[in-house]
Order: sequence, then structure tokens, then C-alpha cells
Amino acid sequence: MRWYWIDRFLEFESGSHAVAVKNVTLAEEHLHDHFPGSPLMPNSLVIEGFAQLGGILVGEHIGFTGNMILAKVPKAQFHFSPRPGDSLTYRGQIEYVKEDGALVSGQSHCGDELQAEVEVFFANVLETERTRRLFSKEELLAMMKLLGVYEVGRTSAGEKLVPPNFGELPDPMDTAGRG
Amino acid sequence: MPDKEEIFSKVQEILCDALGVDEDEVVPEATLTDDLGAESIDFLDIVFRLEKSFDIKIPRGELFPDNVLSDERYVKDGQITPEGLQELRARMPYADVDKLEANPDIKEMSQVFTVDMICRFIEGKVGVEN
Repeated sequence: MRWYWIDRFLEFESGSHAVAVKNVTLAEEHLHDHFPGSPLMPNSLVIEGFAQLGGILVGEHIGFTGNMILAKVPKAQFHFSPRPGDSLTYRGQIEYVKEDGALVSGQSHCGDELQAEVEVFFANVLETERTRRLFSKEELLAMMKLLGVYEVGRTSAGEKLVPPNFGELPDPMDTAGRG
Repeated sequence: MPDKEEIFSKVQEILCDALGVDEDEVVPEATLTDDLGAESIDFLDIVFRLEKSFDIKIPRGELFPDNVLSDERYVKDGQITPEGLQELRARMPYADVDKLEANPDIKEMSQVFTVDMICRFIEGKVGVEN
């Protein structure tokens, strides 16, 4: 089992924006300790959800090249903590993508209620043996397939997004989110 | 074309967003690292936000020419050499490099990176006359 903080993509437009859902459930063990008798989803995990949404959005846009790593959270404002039974909708959009990095901004809603406003900044770190192992294009593609990106994805021209062929992919439940 | 006041206002907003500081902290003389708490990754973020906000291109190393300070010709034993100061003046005409004359310690370079320096850089890029 790996570290996923979004459940499924609902919208995905290449190079522009994405919408994903995160369902909060009492089956998540950490909620039993955070806090005993009063389970609340840690807001740091909302940030991680945006990091995953943004990382996928940016990684796909730059053609699965580079190593966009979460480097900074310029903004994180939370209006309440989600509880089990809440369904969070994360909307993220690319503010800019450059060779060296990228910024994605977004909001989390629970129903009509604004739950969080987040910005995540990614730095494109040089490929080394270590960073390659942390994040390969095959792992990214496997994550995207698992999370339904290609079921809803569109290109910037409005055409259906088609996954690239990277050959055999790793099991995303074993590899995604490593590190 | 934005005037100086508009440029400062936009720069102030960018630094508030990028560094999570309050508007009243972003005064012209404030230094990015010592006063506003910027770290190395923030410089990249600031450059990107400036590009987007002012619709300009800022090539790598143009605003913050870090490669000068990693050049052995320009820094010896932690001190910026006279040639180094000259190079900084040439590369950063928008910065007050003269303040390094009295103490050219490389650590003092952070004193050059001020809010005003960014405003002057942008004024040069968008063509505001000084």
C-alpha cells in the first residue's frame, strides 16, 4: 500500500487544470490517533493531495521529463479540518511551468464550502541516481492510470488524452509516493 | 507601461505571496534574506512570479547573478575582489553594489538584494526612466 492523498481525477486538462476528489474515511488508521474520539484529517495531508495533483499536472505537461519535486508551499490557508465522511474536491491550476520549476495553485471544497487554499511550488531537480529512483516516468504514468486521468483527461485542444507507451508499468500500489 | 508606484505595489504583492510576509514588512530597504526570510528556492519562485506579473522574460542569472560569486576570479578567501565588485556593477546596474566597498565579505552580498533592487530591475526591464 502506498501514500495516496487523492482518490480519483474528475477533470484533467493538459497544461491547464485538474479536479480530483479525496474521500475521507474512518478506515484511515491515522484518523484514530488524530485525534482519539475526534477524528480530523490533518491539513498537511491536504497539502500532500495538492502536491500529488500538481505534480501529475506538471509532469504530464512537460512530457514526463525532468524531476519536479515539491520544494515549497508558498500558501496554505485552511478554513476547517475535514472529518470522516467528507468528500473533498481539489481544484488545481498551473500558474506557470518553466524549465527550473512550476507553481500550481488550488482550492479544496467540501460541498460548497471552501476548505483550503493552497499553492505548491515544484523545483526541477537534476536527474541523479537517487532522484530517478524516487520518481520515474513509468511510476508517474502508472499513478495517472490508477487515478483515472486517462478516463477524463483532455488535451489543450479538447481531444481525448492518450497515455504514452512506456512499455510495462510498475504496480502503482507498490511504487507511487515513495520518498 | 507601469509607473514606479505601480511597480512597487506589484513587487510588494509578489513578495508577500512568495515569502508569506505582511505588506508592511515589504519596504524598499528591506533585504530579501535577512529581513524577509527568503531562502534559495524562493529566488526562483520570485523570478517566475515577476515574469508572469510583468509579462517579461528574465533569463537565469540576470536578476540574481549567483555565478559571479562562485567564480574564483571574483571571490578570494570569502572576500569579493575589486574585479568581482566591478563585474557585479556591470551585471547589476540596478543594484547598490557600492555598499560592499567597505566590507566586501561575500556574506554581505545579501545586503544588496533588497526590495528596491528588484523594483529598479523591473523599471529597467519595462523601460521606466529614472
